[in-house]
Amino acid sequence: MRLFGWVAALAFAAGGAAADPDPADWDAVLEEARGQTVWWHAWGGSVRINDYIAWSAREVEDRFGVRVEHVKLSDTAEAVSRVAAEKAAGEAEDGAVDLLWINGENFAAMKEAGLLFGPWAEDLPNWRFVDVENKPVRTDFTVPTEGLEAPWATAQVVFYHDAARAPQPPRAMAALAEWAEANPGRFAYPQPPDFLGSTFLKQALVELSGGPEALYRPLDEADYEAVTAPLWAWLDRLTPNLWRGGRAYPQSGPRLKQLMADGEIDLAVSFDPNEAASAVANFELPETVRTYVLDGGTLGNVSFVAIPFNSGSKAGAMVLADFLLSPEAQARKADPAVWGAGTVLDVEALPDEARARFEAIEVGVGGIPPEDLGEILPEPHPSWMTRLEEDWQARFGVSR
Amino acid sequence: MLGPVAAGLAGAVGPAFGWAPELGAAGVSLEAWRTLFGWPGLARAAGLSLSVGVLATGVSLAITLLICAGWQGTRVWRWVERGLSPILAMPHAAAAFGLAFLIAPSGWAVRAASPWLTGWETPPDVLVVQDPLGLALVAGLVAKEVPFLLLMTLAASAQAEAGRTLLVARALGQGRVSGWLKAVLPRLWPQIRLPVYAVLAYSMSVVDVAAILGPNAPPTLAVRIVGWMNDPDLSWRAVAAAGALLQLGLVVGALAAWRIGEDLVGRLGRRWAEGGSRWPAAAEGAARGAGLPAAAVTAAAAGFGLAGLAVWSFAGLWTFPDALPDGWTLRSWARHGPGMAGPALATLGIALAATLVALGLAAACLETEFRRGRRPGAGALWLLYVPLIVPQVAFLPGLQRLALAAGLEGGWASIAAAHLVFVLPYVFLSLSDPWRAWDRRWATAGAALGASGWGVLWRVRAPMMLAPLLTAFAVGFAVSVGQYLPTLLIGGGRVPTLTTEAVALASGGDRRAIGVWALAQAGAAAAPFLLAALGPRLIWRNRRALVG
Repeated sequence: MRLFGWVAALAFAAGGAAADPDPADWDAVLEEARGQTVWWHAWGGSVRINDYIAWSAREVEDRFGVRVEHVKLSDTAEAVSRVAAEKAAGEAEDGAVDLLWINGENFAAMKEAGLLFGPWAEDLPNWRFVDVENKPVRTDFTVPTEGLEAPWATAQVVFYHDAARAPQPPRAMAALAEWAEANPGRFAYPQPPDFLGSTFLKQALVELSGGPEALYRPLDEADYEAVTAPLWAWLDRLTPNLWRGGRAYPQSGPRLKQLMADGEIDLAVSFDPNEAASAVANFELPETVRTYVLDGGTLGNVSFVAIPFNSGSKAGAMVLADFLLSPEAQARKADPAVWGAGTVLDVEALPDEARARFEAIEVGVGGIPPEDLGEILPEPHPSWMTRLEEDWQARFGVSR
Repeated sequence: MLGPVAAGLAGAVGPAFGWAPELGAAGVSLEAWRTLFGWPGLARAAGLSLSVGVLATGVSLAITLLICAGWQGTRVWRWVERGLSPILAMPHAAAAFGLAFLIAPSGWAVRAASPWLTGWETPPDVLVVQDPLGLALVAGLVAKEVPFLLLMTLAASAQAEAGRTLLVARALGQGRVSGWLKAVLPRLWPQIRLPVYAVLAYSMSVVDVAAILGPNAPPTLAVRIVGWMNDPDLSWRAVAAAGALLQLGLVVGALAAWRIGEDLVGRLGRRWAEGGSRWPAAAEGAARGAGLPAAAVTAAAAGFGLAGLAVWSFAGLWTFPDALPDGWTLRSWARHGPGMAGPALATLGIALAATLVALGLAAACLETEFRRGRRPGAGALWLLYVPLIVPQVAFLPGLQRLALAAGLEGGWASIAAAHLVFVLPYVFLSLSDPWRAWDRRWATAGAALGASGWGVLWRVRAPMMLAPLLTAFAVGFAVSVGQYLPTLLIGGGRVPTLTTEAVALASGGDRRAIGVWALAQAGAAAAPFLLAALGPRLIWRNRRALVG
């Protein structure tokens, strides 16, 4: 598939486009980037993430003379369809999107439709710090990234509960159904195909099915029926005891957090180990909230930044992506007081000064230290997620 | 007006029937329609769109008519008018958020009564917001549509000579309400028919309000369409396009059914009016009495909703069941305030440009009509209404593609042009009736004093029309401020406005951030209304009759 990138690059050259920057010649990239404006499309629903992005924009402008504008999306797919529409309209040289925060299905869709520039990511100077051994930075939901996107942050499924109202939360998916029976209406998960809602389904599937090998291959009908049967039985049991009896669902992770803040639920799921801690610091959740992981391990993945094929500021976008991978930017991002997203770097292998930045980070009230996060389970193949979402829609999305 | 809509619709027809070159599909197929009709929730989603739209329109219309019939021309009426017009300026999404926080089981109303009255330490697990029948959604729409219909009815009343007609009816021994319904409404109806249709079409296809207040298992058809449109798997765009066409069909069908219903009600009404019977005094009193609380509840729902958001924007920790936050802080404002200048400037600039152009176009049309002495036919009016009646989800993606192909996207100017499509109908509507109601004899008097046609326009008509001109400006401005999809799609996200920022933050559900941005957005939309209310008073301090 690396071949694909070259074919695409050749296609541009043939189309008369200006030559794309070559990340292997980094000085030339820096030179070309100076004065460019990078329109970075990234989900804009979180104030602290927006603030972090604003900080990195200021730093990149000061250090490299690249202007960065954050385009705040309410859904990443808006930018994906934008690039697709531009391709249809023949806009190949200066599209609206220069850098895109992306992963999973969105990446798979863009890669398949030939909407991405690259490969470039593994030629970035700061790539040398990336933890390629232990973190899934070269595959995105089992789809090989092939240098078309640079890793940015890690995420892992955690649960948080209000210890004042629910002192004994369940530590396994099977136990969750029992807990909900004892505490009806006090747990909710976002409605699939919301990202977090679908992740919750996959977490349950991996645990209840025992995590067979079939989950990590493209979906096979025979396997699908057998592997998912325990999940549907478990959901049938859980659903009547959900918030509102499963007749309405929160639409996203933030809405779920709002329910927790309003005292409507006592237990919630998150894909951000530090979400609860930052919410406590931000007066959004009470100080009695605690974060924990399931005993059998939880799903984790990496999110990335990618450059569309028709960006007019590819050099600037690469400079920004490289800055985002720097130990300084990664350490700041990992600080729960700022954002609290996990790093994609190999902290142990960093130079002393850089490592010290990570070691100085304090876990806030309600948070969970990285060493307590337990085993990370890999994401199933994306075809499973698509099919699970469809079946969930048919079974629970419209049934009541 | 028809051009952009038709071009946009064409952009939906292609993908719906399998023609989508960017996805490598060039041919004709019914695959998208098969998938659409295979969705198990389709019948209920479509049914919801219908029932919510018809119910919201019916209730809004009933409240509007009851207030007008019972109170027009009284002191109470002035008060109702002033209370409702700020709500008109509130963006739909902000109003919906405010209402959601007000009526939810953990919302402000329950907090105010807990635990001292209800005994609840945790909120009850009842489905109020997002109920399967969409009643919360209907309530949210009614709160926003009543002020709009009132404004439109008000504008039309002058031409229909509501006051004198009512006087005649009452002289014939009719009660206030029944006399109004029998004599004034039939004269008024042709002029408020199109606004009512716009409300019906909007209520059926609204996305932002429905996503906040509406049910989600299944959601309304429009919300589902946007979900498909945003699916990472690009092949769902074809299903979204098919859904958008189905949505358009539903709206057209509902409008046709409404039209038939109108005829039926009209026929029954005529028999009632010609029968000459009178309502007993008790019925009159009840009808009059019902209008007022209905209007008060509408205004209170929107007002307290906005107040709730204002409190959130200054709140520290605020948990259930506290009626007010534990602590107060300026942090949310300090956090967002500095970044607000750019988007605020863009919002004002675009709204100013779109509204001024719309005002100029509307005035030019009306003046031409005045000088030629010819009224445009119903067809021309329909044309104006097309952008309000065709669901935005159906034609905006196609319009975006058109703008891209023409190299028109990205700048303020093209966004303002896209806004113009939605601003012009409202400006024209609110300006046309006062313009036409102007007494021709003023022009004759002006001409007799030696003024040319332009002189009459600038020196006689314009000063006299200051109040309606400012009102039309305020309405258009508010419409432009509230636009989300056109700004995002045509601007490519490169021009952030207060609304695009507010909607992006709304996806994160942080009430403090939503409060700050929604207040800023409402403020931007409300400022021209203030100007419209105060401007004539200040400028015409010494010419009281011109204040209007």
